[in-house]
Amino acid sequence: MSSPIAQHAHAAPQGFIRRYVFSKDHKVIGIQYYMLGLFSVFLGMSLSLLMRYHMVNPNVSVKWFAWLWPTAASGGVMTPELYLSLMTMHGTIMVFFVLTTVPQSGFGNYFLPIQIGAEDMAFPTLNMLSFWTTLLSLIVMVAAFFVQGGAPLSGWTGYPPLSGLGRITGPGEGMGQTLWILSIAIFCGASLMGAINFIATTVDLRCKGLTLMRMPLTCWTWLVTAILGLLGFAVLLAAGVLLLLDRLAATSFFLPAGLFVSDQIITNHQGGSPLLWQHLFWFFGHPEVYIAILPGMGVTSQLLSTFSRKPIFGYKAMVYAILSIGFLGFLVWGHHMFMSGMNPYSAMAFSVLTMCIGVPSAIKTFNWIGTLWNGKIHFDTAMMFALGFVSLFVTGGVSGIFLGQPALDLYFHDTYFVVGHFHMIMGVAAIFGMFAGTFYWFPKVTGKFMNETLGKIHFYCTFIGVYAIFTPMHYLGIAGNPRRYSAFTDVEYLGKLIPVHQFMTYAAYFTAAAQIIFVINLFWSVRKGKPAPINPWNATTLEWTVPSPPPFDNFAGVHPVVNHGPYEYSVPGESQDFIMQNDPAQVHSEG
Amino acid sequence: MNMAGSLTHDIVKGPPPPPVEWGGGGSDGRGANRRASFTGLFVLLAASTMVFAAFTSAFVVRRGLSNDWATMPKPPILLVNTAVLLISSLVLDQSRRALKRGDRGQFNFWWTGATALGVLFLVGQGVAWLQLKAAGIYVSTNPSSSFFYVLTASHAFHLLGGVAALLYVDVQAWRLRLGPAKRTAIDVTAIFWHFLDGLWLYLMVLFYVWG
Repeated sequence: MSSPIAQHAHAAPQGFIRRYVFSKDHKVIGIQYYMLGLFSVFLGMSLSLLMRYHMVNPNVSVKWFAWLWPTAASGGVMTPELYLSLMTMHGTIMVFFVLTTVPQSGFGNYFLPIQIGAEDMAFPTLNMLSFWTTLLSLIVMVAAFFVQGGAPLSGWTGYPPLSGLGRITGPGEGMGQTLWILSIAIFCGASLMGAINFIATTVDLRCKGLTLMRMPLTCWTWLVTAILGLLGFAVLLAAGVLLLLDRLAATSFFLPAGLFVSDQIITNHQGGSPLLWQHLFWFFGHPEVYIAILPGMGVTSQLLSTFSRKPIFGYKAMVYAILSIGFLGFLVWGHHMFMSGMNPYSAMAFSVLTMCIGVPSAIKTFNWIGTLWNGKIHFDTAMMFALGFVSLFVTGGVSGIFLGQPALDLYFHDTYFVVGHFHMIMGVAAIFGMFAGTFYWFPKVTGKFMNETLGKIHFYCTFIGVYAIFTPMHYLGIAGNPRRYSAFTDVEYLGKLIPVHQFMTYAAYFTAAAQIIFVINLFWSVRKGKPAPINPWNATTLEWTVPSPPPFDNFAGVHPVVNHGPYEYSVPGESQDFIMQNDPAQVHSEG
Repeated sequence: MNMAGSLTHDIVKGPPPPPVEWGGGGSDGRGANRRASFTGLFVLLAASTMVFAAFTSAFVVRRGLSNDWATMPKPPILLVNTAVLLISSLVLDQSRRALKRGDRGQFNFWWTGATALGVLFLVGQGVAWLQLKAAGIYVSTNPSSSFFYVLTASHAFHLLGGVAALLYVDVQAWRLRLGPAKRTAIDVTAIFWHFLDGLWLYLMVLFYVWG
């Protein structure tokens, strides 16, 4: 009966379906999430290329546009509505199915349990359910392309009244917008399941000796991201339900009276408030930015320390910075709404709180630089991407200080300045975090190295490419170039900026082409990569103590015991320049 | 081991603690299923609370914002439903107390009673909605009725999950399959049910005071 649970290895379930498709193994689920994100990122990138092409060639007829969109691009020329639907889907797919999915659900699922010395996530079935729900959400989202009218036009923020009135407001606003809201609601459910799993796993499944303050910073960021997701997606879910009812049940949560749309007066709504949606949306939307970026910060911290062979500078300060970024993230949603006519005193409060986030962000940046200072830096591709992350985070963060001030934001808000800002900090920085994680953990997942030469070429092309795309956007914004327009060629005062747009478009083609190198490298290395030892980077955390790929229950029935912090590099008096977290305690004195 | 008495003993005492050599406090994952279940439950409750907090904030804003809010007549059966739900919570606790005494017959009896009351509440809610419909009050009639439907339906959705959990434990109990591991299921279900009870009281106050 209650024989104490014997220490034995768990065998993996047999059969392809149980093992690789409907798997409850956190490692398989992590890879599934990664692949879902890889598909989504290429879909989202293709949409952005179409947009960039259209922006500089608005009147050129393209045969296959007409083939793809017989009505929205009849004659091969995109309508502005089609452009808006591409923009909406680009933003939505990138934010939800790439930035939210890969760093947290992908890498987090694979490595959180191993880094904390657990066999699996706390609720494996829930974990599986969470992945399949996310996939369902993606399918519903992509289906919006194929319904009558096509994809929605209202942006990834889905502002009503545009998103609440139905077909009358535009071609994609019928079925397409309904599917969009449904997909987001399903995604919220999936994210809530994921968050429950991440929090319970981190809180309760840490192995012996792994106190909170010995957790790798990656685990800290996954934990805080899960908390943000839990609180944020719950609110978005509620808002989505209300918006859906406004569309389908003629309620008036967000729709005011007296709307005049497409030469028609809207009579069946009254009294609702579009601003209410904005508040609810951005209460989720701002933490969402940190959901996207925090795991990247964790990976970057991990890599900077490992590849400069130094402890992370100020571990505790890093932890408290992560926590305070998470906390402050919930108090600043109003800075997305300075243009909404809010009370200037509220704007001032939101502005001051926004500036406060600069403090923990700066702490992190200075600590990263402090970590690099005097380190023996190894410039592997993974490390290059981590350094790139720091660069992009600083560049994107600095423009945030401009936008956080109501007086400046009123000017910048509807210009390309904002587009440049959020792509730098939320988009590209987070993606650099993913690349860094991919190159760093690939040897653990597959037992092979990724190709360093291809990796370096990919890094330099991408790094130069993204700066070439997004830096000019800031200047365009200062020059008054509005965002969300499908073409600028007919606007006289923007005429002189068209060459800049052309440059950005070529840079986008170049950067997109460089991503093919990454995909080739990824799949080629799975088969033909150079074999990697168990701990190729001489790193300290628990995932580097197990074989590559790790066995089904991660530690093959052994219970790891942790005696050290995660960043004990170059400890004086030690023969090696690193101490594994599970090394016996006596070899050193706690720093 | 197949004696009901010793099974009860296990249910009451819970699963054995993880072996000493795994250490405590710093903790080891493998002995922590029960604790993780509770953490997961409380995290879930936090998420549900956020959903209803968002609805409440929308409620307050929407109500204060415009002058089209008309107080909605509440079907009297709501009070009966409230009583049913409250009693179900009490009965559920009666059942857990019986289990603590080791009286599995009583446990099964009261637990089944609580489950039945849970189903009865859902039926009562269905009746309440039908009565509103008969009175011509639909989801889009007025913001107050919109919020009434949204909030009660969201609560009912949660309650469906609660009833499913109650039924699961009940079936296991009647088939004498309540092993030690199920004790967690009993506790988690009970806490979730009490939460839904409290949530309902909150909603009733919201409707009767501001709705």
